[in-house]
Amino acid sequence: MNSMQWEVVIGLEIHAQLATKSKIFSGSSTAFGAEPNTQANEVDLGLPGVLPVMNKEALNMAIKFGTAIDAEIGKRSVFDRKNYFYPDLPKGYQTTQLELPIVGFGEVEIELENGTTKTIGVTRAHLEEDAGKSLHEDFSGETGIDLNRAGTPLIEIVSEPDMRSPEEAVAYMRKIHSIVTYIGICDGNMQEGSFRCDANVSMRPKGQEEFGTRAELKNINSFRFVERAINVEIERQIDILESGGKVVQETRLYDSNKNETRSMRSKEDAMDYRYFPDPDLLPIVVTDEEIEAIRKTLPELPDAKKSRFMEDYNLNAEDAGILTTSLELADFFETVAKESGDSKLASNWVSGELTGRLNKEGLSIKSSPVTAKQYAGLLARIKDNTISGKIAKEVFDAMWSEGGGDADSIIESKGLKQISDTGALEAMVDKVLADNPNQVEQFKAGKEKLMGFFVGQIMKETQGKANPGQLSQLLKKKLSE
Amino acid sequence: MHTKTIAQLAAGLKAAEFSSVELTEHYINRIEKFDSSLNSFVTVTADEALVQAKKADQLIAKGEGNVLTGIPFAQKDIFCTDGVKTTCGSKMLDNFIAPYNATVIESFNNAGSVMLGKTNMDEFAMGSSNETSFYGAVSNPWDHDYVPGGSSGGSAASVAARLAPASTGTDTGGSIRQPAALCNLTGLKPSYGRVSRYGMIAFASSLDQAGTFTQTAEDAALMLGVMAGLDTKDSTSIDEPVPDYAASLNADMKGLKVGLPKEYFADGLDADVAKRIDDAINEYKKLGAEFVEISLPNTHLSVPAYYIVAPAECSSNLSRFDGVRFGHRCEDPKDLEDLYKRSRGEGFGDEVKRRILVGAYALSSGYYDAYYLKAQKIRRLIANDFTEAFKKVDVIMSPTTPTPAFKIGEKNDDPISMYYSDIYTIAVNLAGLPGMSVPCGFINNLPVGLQIIAPYFAEAKLLNVAHQYQQVTGWHLEIPEQYK
Repeated sequence: MNSMQWEVVIGLEIHAQLATKSKIFSGSSTAFGAEPNTQANEVDLGLPGVLPVMNKEALNMAIKFGTAIDAEIGKRSVFDRKNYFYPDLPKGYQTTQLELPIVGFGEVEIELENGTTKTIGVTRAHLEEDAGKSLHEDFSGETGIDLNRAGTPLIEIVSEPDMRSPEEAVAYMRKIHSIVTYIGICDGNMQEGSFRCDANVSMRPKGQEEFGTRAELKNINSFRFVERAINVEIERQIDILESGGKVVQETRLYDSNKNETRSMRSKEDAMDYRYFPDPDLLPIVVTDEEIEAIRKTLPELPDAKKSRFMEDYNLNAEDAGILTTSLELADFFETVAKESGDSKLASNWVSGELTGRLNKEGLSIKSSPVTAKQYAGLLARIKDNTISGKIAKEVFDAMWSEGGGDADSIIESKGLKQISDTGALEAMVDKVLADNPNQVEQFKAGKEKLMGFFVGQIMKETQGKANPGQLSQLLKKKLSE
Repeated sequence: MHTKTIAQLAAGLKAAEFSSVELTEHYINRIEKFDSSLNSFVTVTADEALVQAKKADQLIAKGEGNVLTGIPFAQKDIFCTDGVKTTCGSKMLDNFIAPYNATVIESFNNAGSVMLGKTNMDEFAMGSSNETSFYGAVSNPWDHDYVPGGSSGGSAASVAARLAPASTGTDTGGSIRQPAALCNLTGLKPSYGRVSRYGMIAFASSLDQAGTFTQTAEDAALMLGVMAGLDTKDSTSIDEPVPDYAASLNADMKGLKVGLPKEYFADGLDADVAKRIDDAINEYKKLGAEFVEISLPNTHLSVPAYYIVAPAECSSNLSRFDGVRFGHRCEDPKDLEDLYKRSRGEGFGDEVKRRILVGAYALSSGYYDAYYLKAQKIRRLIANDFTEAFKKVDVIMSPTTPTPAFKIGEKNDDPISMYYSDIYTIAVNLAGLPGMSVPCGFINNLPVGLQIIAPYFAEAKLLNVAHQYQQVTGWHLEIPEQYK
């Protein structure tokens, strides 16, 4: 038994909140963070007598997603009611799409770690409304209801069970995240719940075609958690299977604090949602002309941008992949590359220093204190040898803490300009060699490691401002004399 | 004053024979005098009515307003009214005051009309006798031991007793036409989508339609003109032009092709009712109409299909009454489930619970195809029957109900028999067509109604056909002795 090789099968259901101004069936605002129930009108409250009217913008965004993954668009799609009781579900049903979704089968490509790509099928994507929120804190013995989020438009993007590792699942989720943010239909904000997913996970002996029994992991709201949740679920299922047990079909909740999944409800307790077509909403009919008009508004998509970056900026696939994960990052890079005139330097510095700093401070590229133009100004000084890479980091620190600023004036005011004056450098080299005759002796005797010692001495003297290339050339020349 | 039609009252107001305030006071006095025994109103809005009447008088004095300005109406208590209790005949909403107006109410307000109050009805419009109301049964003004019909029983009784010149109703399976027939009124159910459903508390969304109770077809034309039209708040309302319904009332009946569906004159039809319908047919023949027998072969499926579709939709529509945000909430719920179970258990009456159960069952996994889906297919067949028929005829005529009014309490223990009292009206809702009931005689002092059905959006034709009959007969002008 222990020698059994297991294969995981993963499918994801991603919920992306559509970036419309108003709700899917009412005119209320969808802005995040307002006082409870201030963005809920009579329709959102589900008062007696109210009726839904579909927000055309939400429909167009769903179609846009469909065209972005080259999917079939439902020419006639239907809203259904999913009936269940919950206090944050005001009407006692969620309006969603079951049989006839707006987006049918499509595909996306993901990059694997070994550099190859894999196609993941998207079964469907449908429009639906979000529920409100129950607030259990602040009310002793009672529960508050905030219906601001009720009726916020979502698309639920359902994948085929095509993923075979947690890494693939993350890569897929990232790719969908890139697409929905590129085409501007979702802000992609995972902290605010604008982009979240459920993962269906099952195990089967490697080589077996039939799927194992799956568990559905609910409401995972970060890339990191998807990977961790699936990993612990894989371990849990393998433990069960290898000890001769059976995996139960159920819904499980991932607890990120304990890094474990636990049962929410089993298949036996599964609710009968009594779906039926919503009689208050007419079927949505979309023409080919409308679909094509929307397709024309598609911007350059992540895959196309990646290819273009590889071509135009001479980047390798990995770097181009990293720089195109988000539109903002890609735009930032492109500005830096153009303005600085060195795409390789731009690639290294954007995906290295800048991204590292943003991650460390938990900021998105949008809120970077240093603009792309300012960053390009800094890289231009590396390129023309005004400063070294090491000094550039110091300048970057200053730019960051000043909330922007011009690299040149910081270099100037701090006196960080690189010493490239051959005469001045030569004098310093002569002095160091004269001051350290023993080391010169040893070097000449073959202890070449001492080159570092001489460089260090001069860098110390110049506070790192010596042009490293010139310096090493000079040293080599002088020491071989 | 109370024997006058809307058209006559409008003329009187315009000529300053009386004011809207006087008119309103007159009706309020009649409601106070008579309604304790009829029980046709749940709420009487006397103060608000007089404020509206004063405003209307100012409009009329300035020569502004339209034909409904200053006319008092009774509104079915299914339409949400801003600031005035809207109960839908249920304990569930005994404490509910809507913060907004239904579009129908807005239309009357915009016309400068006066609302006398909200009328009694079967709970959530589920019933054919007005006996399921939390506020008690309504009496038929023609004989207080008898039901007025339902679900719009209060709206019908109030106009039959001339406590209001006209009223609104809603018709899901016959809830306007059946009480109109039983109370000797002209009842109009427009095409599905003709009048906005916004703010009208939903029973079965795909069948519900607002309409009118009036003394004459002419009055119905005047009211429909104000109520009909596209409402962007109701996705199922239809952008079809609203004609001047009064303008075509006088077209003559020569050559009018009338279909008589043989299935509507078969077993179960009371022989005396059949006789009155025959008399009406003869009147139309004298006017030049031609009659042909037609067949609506799927008629026998309409009641079963209706009692799947309507309960299924109601089981979902009534989910929002959960004791959480509005309406009845049980005392001291111990947890969420207790809150749901007791709030709904206490708030809903038996007939509503029966239909929620039937509907939830019909939609449940494993039964959906056999019940709901099949019922929807039958619905298409029934609609096709009418489409075929209207290729041959201009309108269809039939009895509105198989019998005259029955006694209060008579069918309480027999819901199926109650359901079959709507056998001639239900198919019209399933097909979404416009239908009317017009008074055509009496059996032992109880009224009988003639149903007229027209193609989609042919309300003008329907009203014209009804009006012509009312030019040569006087049944519609009959008033119960004690309410004259």
